[in-house]
Order: sequence, then structure tokens, then C-alpha cells
Amino acid sequence: MDSENTRHAHARRHFFPPRRRALVYQTLLAAAVLLTVGYFISNAVENLLARRIASGFAFLFRQAGFEIGESTLLSYSASDSYLKALTVGLLNTFRVALPAIFFSTLIGGVLGLGRLAPNWLLAKAASSYVEVARNVPLVVQLFFWYSVITETLPAPGEALQPVPGLFISNRGMALPSLLWQFPVTLDYPELIGFNFSGGLSLSPEFTALFLGLTLYTAAFIGEIVRAGILAVHRGQIEAGRSLGMNERQVMRFIVLPQALRLIVPPLTSQYLNCTKNSSLAIAIGYPDLVAIANTTINQTGQAIEGVAIIMFVYLSISLTIAAAMNWYNAQVALRGGAA
Amino acid sequence: MTGAAALAWLRTRLFSSWWNACTTLVILYVAWRVAPALLNWALMDAVWSPADGALCRETPRHGACWAFIAEKSQFILFGTFPADQQWRPALVILLLLSLYALSAWRVLAPGRLALIWCSVLALIGALMWGGIFGLPYVENERWGGLCLTLLLSTFGLAFAFPLSILLALGRRSQMALVRSLCIGYIELIRGVPLISVLFMASVMLPLFLPAGLSIDKLLRVLLAMILFAAAYLAEVVRGGLQAIPQHQEEAAMALGHGYWQRTVYITLPQALAISVPPLVNTFIGFFKDTSLVVIIGLFDFLTAIRVSLSEPRWSGFGVEAYLFAGLGYFLFCYPMSRYSQRFESRSRGGGLALDEIRGANGKT
Repeated sequence: MDSENTRHAHARRHFFPPRRRALVYQTLLAAAVLLTVGYFISNAVENLLARRIASGFAFLFRQAGFEIGESTLLSYSASDSYLKALTVGLLNTFRVALPAIFFSTLIGGVLGLGRLAPNWLLAKAASSYVEVARNVPLVVQLFFWYSVITETLPAPGEALQPVPGLFISNRGMALPSLLWQFPVTLDYPELIGFNFSGGLSLSPEFTALFLGLTLYTAAFIGEIVRAGILAVHRGQIEAGRSLGMNERQVMRFIVLPQALRLIVPPLTSQYLNCTKNSSLAIAIGYPDLVAIANTTINQTGQAIEGVAIIMFVYLSISLTIAAAMNWYNAQVALRGGAA
Repeated sequence: MTGAAALAWLRTRLFSSWWNACTTLVILYVAWRVAPALLNWALMDAVWSPADGALCRETPRHGACWAFIAEKSQFILFGTFPADQQWRPALVILLLLSLYALSAWRVLAPGRLALIWCSVLALIGALMWGGIFGLPYVENERWGGLCLTLLLSTFGLAFAFPLSILLALGRRSQMALVRSLCIGYIELIRGVPLISVLFMASVMLPLFLPAGLSIDKLLRVLLAMILFAAAYLAEVVRGGLQAIPQHQEEAAMALGHGYWQRTVYITLPQALAISVPPLVNTFIGFFKDTSLVVIIGLFDFLTAIRVSLSEPRWSGFGVEAYLFAGLGYFLFCYPMSRYSQRFESRSRGGGLALDEIRGANGKT
């Protein structure tokens, strides 16, 4: 005779098999999500009506009416459109993120190798640096560098000149630039009045952001490089030595090629972080995409569109980098291996 | 260490080759040139007491001016909490610190620990808001300083963690809709900077609520931080779940356990145990990320320091202020990072894996 419980269980299994149960759960979930989204949208429509804000992206073509401190890659004036202002912001994001990525890779490589160096002092110095840089928020570091530049450095008149042609002052950095003519020559900055002209002038905001971003990202890259090298099996190194290779050759032909395979995926995600972290520019007043989108939101009240633009741009960058990384992984993957 | 041993150590670690010896000498030379000036500035010539504030503004500059941090210490710790009630946030800070210590110690069973967390967090809420036990009510616009930073990160993680477990389970679900919603959510949040999520909370969320209803800024920001942290934690938890061998789940299935029994008693405990180091790394990243609220003007530790600096009497001491801010964050993050490293070397026998550094530390 079936007990009450088993009968219930049988009945449940009959009327509610796992597949049908999954269908019911998912229908309920879909309904809940749709209802919530619908509720938010209807509220938003009402609120926007009440505030007389027209939704949509038409505002992009209206006149922005604000100046941007730095628009070196694209000429911009206050009479240009919001779209152009945001483009200037995006270019400014790349203008700081790409050099920061490049230099943080160099410094990070040195830090990673430095921590593994036989020299005790060098290893300690590198690891102390990494610990400090990783355990202090980037915003604090950016404020710090900005204060160092604007408070402790001399005015342009008495600018420091560590190497000829490079001037460091409380107005940022001025360095020689290449003039693209025939023959290519260097354009040196010159002090005219209270500021530098000619050459490449970098604002204090740019300099602080670039410096902070580079030094912060370098610490993380240093850890990735170190872990990648340590992950190479000891037997590989010993085998290299027993073939008569010296330490340099072992590093160059045995360790690095294998470490690189492990280093590249987390490295690309650091590059992505570096680009996302450049959005902290707004804290020290460098006009990157987020800063300009924020000004746009404040002026037009188009909060939804503004935030959507920021998210869309960063998501596109993320997905592009992710796709590039997948392609690279497919290239270096061990054939037929489990890696 | 005997003299001979010390000499041997010096020879192998500092002077093993010409190249090594040169490196040692260069580092010692740089330290010899830089360290005295730095120490003089930061300690010997520094101005410590607010009474000597005038010394700070002398030219040439005296040394580091720590005086204003001393003067503003209450503001930096507790924000604008009423002066006669400041024992409350002070007690809250102590409670939170003991809660962290208790959790790190790992002597309590997870269930009991969760119970303690819930009751301590409720107690903290009562202490901060007041309005009961005869404590005067303090609205949360007046909370601030280090206390607010700790509250944001603790409450943020306490709510984000359960949510992240659900997201991680959802991402591995057999149900296509559940899975794709979780994937979409996690990848969307991880693809955008935190500041855009904070903007969403501060300028966009009010638009989505009915006209009469408004949530105050602190709660909106907390909500944004929770949603942000949950996506990163979910990936860590998922990593742990993936590392659990399939046969664990199959064995549980063979014993007739249902999904929730298998998950709660078999897979999840193992997954969480092995993800402690990357989880702690994510916590560090999250703790650092709370400093971003300075951009949308919430009164945390960093904002309090920044506001102290904007007072004309103390303006121009940004270097000191941000060194102090950095030290404050470091004192919390560094022990966490040591904890995670120690854990890792214990559980992996000294080996290093790349998953650890792929953890969310440093993402924004």
C-alpha cells in the first residue's frame, strides 16, 4: 500500500515534471521582469512629461554651449553640438588610456621581473611598491598626484628641466614634439609670458591622470607578470639549464614564451580596467567621455540617454577587447591540448 | 644569525654578481639621497598640533602639515554626526572591526556566523539611526567620514554576497531564460565603469520611480554598489563552482537529493571554501571602490578629507591630506591582502594560479 507521502510525490511528478516546472518558473520570471521594466518605463515617461524633457537623442545635435579645456585631437568650440563634445570626450579618453596602457605594461614588466630578481633589495623595493599601489584607491592616488603637481611644483618661469627640452611645472608638462614635415624636426617648447608655447603641452589634469593611471595599472600588471613566470613548471627551467643554456637564454626561450600564454588573458582584462578607470578623470577635472556626458546630463536633463551613451561606449570597448582576446587565445592555444 | 651566516646571506642575496652588486649600490645610493629629506619633511619638521597652524603657512614651508588632520579628526571619522552622540558611530566602527576579525578568524560555523552578522548589522542600524532605546534620531545625511565608508562597504558586501550566489547559480542554470538573464546582467555590469552605475543611481533612478516616492541618496548609492559588487562576486563564486568535480553533484543526485539540497549542502560549501582568496581580493577592490562616491558627493572618508581641505585656512595641503587618506585605506586593505595571500599559500602549497589575479581587484 502506498503511503500518503509517496502518493503525493507520484502525483507531483506526474503533473509537475521537471521540464514543465522549468517552463512555469521561466514564464513567471519573464512576467516579473517585463512587469518591473514596464513599471519603470511608465514612471519614466510620466516623470519626463512632468519635467518637460523630450526623450530621445535629438539633443545630440543641439548646440552644447560649454567650452572644453582640452580638445587637442579635434577642434571644438562652445558653438559645436553635444555630439561633437562627446566625441572630443571619447578621444580624450583614448588619449590618456592608450599611453597609460603602453607605459604601465613596460613598468609592470619591470616590476614583475624585479620582484623575482635575485637581488634582495630590488625584490623588496618592487614588492613594497606593488603592495602600496594596489592597496590605495585610484581616486586617492589621482588627487595625490594632482596636488603634487599643482602645489609643490614651481611656476612655469622656474620650471624644472630634468632633461633639456622637458619642462615640469605647476602647469603640467611641456615636451618637444615631432613636426611632420620634410625633414622631420623637433619642435621645442618655449616659455612665452606665463606659459609654454610650441612643442607638446600637457595639462596638470592630463599629467596627474596619466601618471596615476600608469602607476596604478603597472602594479597590477607586475603581479600578473610575476604569477605568469612563477606558473611555468620548474622542470622546464631545469631542462633548459641541463641543455647548457644560461639564465638569460632560459628566460628568453623557455620561460617567457610559456609565461606569455598565461599572462595575456589577465593582461587584456587589465587593459580594459585601465580604460574603465580612466573614467575617474572627472574627479580631477580632465574632460573625458564621462565628464562631458555628466555636463551634458546636467545641462539637458537627459539622464537616461547620457548614462546609456556612457554604458554603450564602454560596453563596445569591452566587447571589442574580449573578441580580440578570444582570437589571440585561439592562436596561442596548445593544439589538441587541454589548455 | 651568526656573523658568518649574515655574510653568506649578504653575498648570495645582494652581491652574488657584478650586476647584482651594482643594483644594490644604486638602490642604497638613491635611498641615502632621498630618505633623509623625506623623513625630515614628514616627521622631523612636521607641524603636528592645530595650535601651531600658523607655522604651516610660513614661507619657506616648515615641513608636512599634519595639524589640520588633527583638528578635523572628528569630522574625518564621523562626518557631521551630532557631537554629543559621536560615541554611537565610534561604537559602530568598533563593532564592525570586531565583526571583520571574527569572520577572518574562522572559528564559527557559517550558519552561526551569518546569524551574528545579521544581528550585529541590525544593531548597527539601530545605533546609527537611533529613534529607539531612547537614542535621539539622526538622519543619514549627517552620517559620514570613516564610519560611512565602513558602513557602505560592509552593508554593500553583506547584501551583494547572497545576490551574487544567486547570480552565479543562475548563470549555471539549465533554464535558458534564467541563464541568459544572469549572463546579460553580469556582463553588462562588468563591462561598464562603476561611475556610470553610480550616475545611474544618482540621476537616473529617481526618474524611474513614481512621482511621490523618493529614496534618499545614501540608499540609492548603496543599491548601486550592491548591484555592482554582485556581478563581480558572482564571477568569483562561479569560478569556485566550476572547480568542484562533477562527481560531487552526481553522487548527491544518486542519493536522491534535489537541486537545492545538492547546492546548499554539497557544491556551494566547497565552492565558497576554495574561493576565499579571490573573494577577499574582490572585497579589497570593493572597499577601495567606495571612495568613488566622492564624485557624486556622498560624505565618506575621502570626501570628508577633501572638504576639510577646502576650508581657506587649510587649503594648499593636498599632498598631506591625500597621503593620510591613502594611509587610511592602506591600513584596511593591506591586512586583507595579506590574509588572502596567506590563505592561498596554505591551500595551494605555495603554488600560484592566475585565477587569483584575475579576481576583481582593481576594477572600477
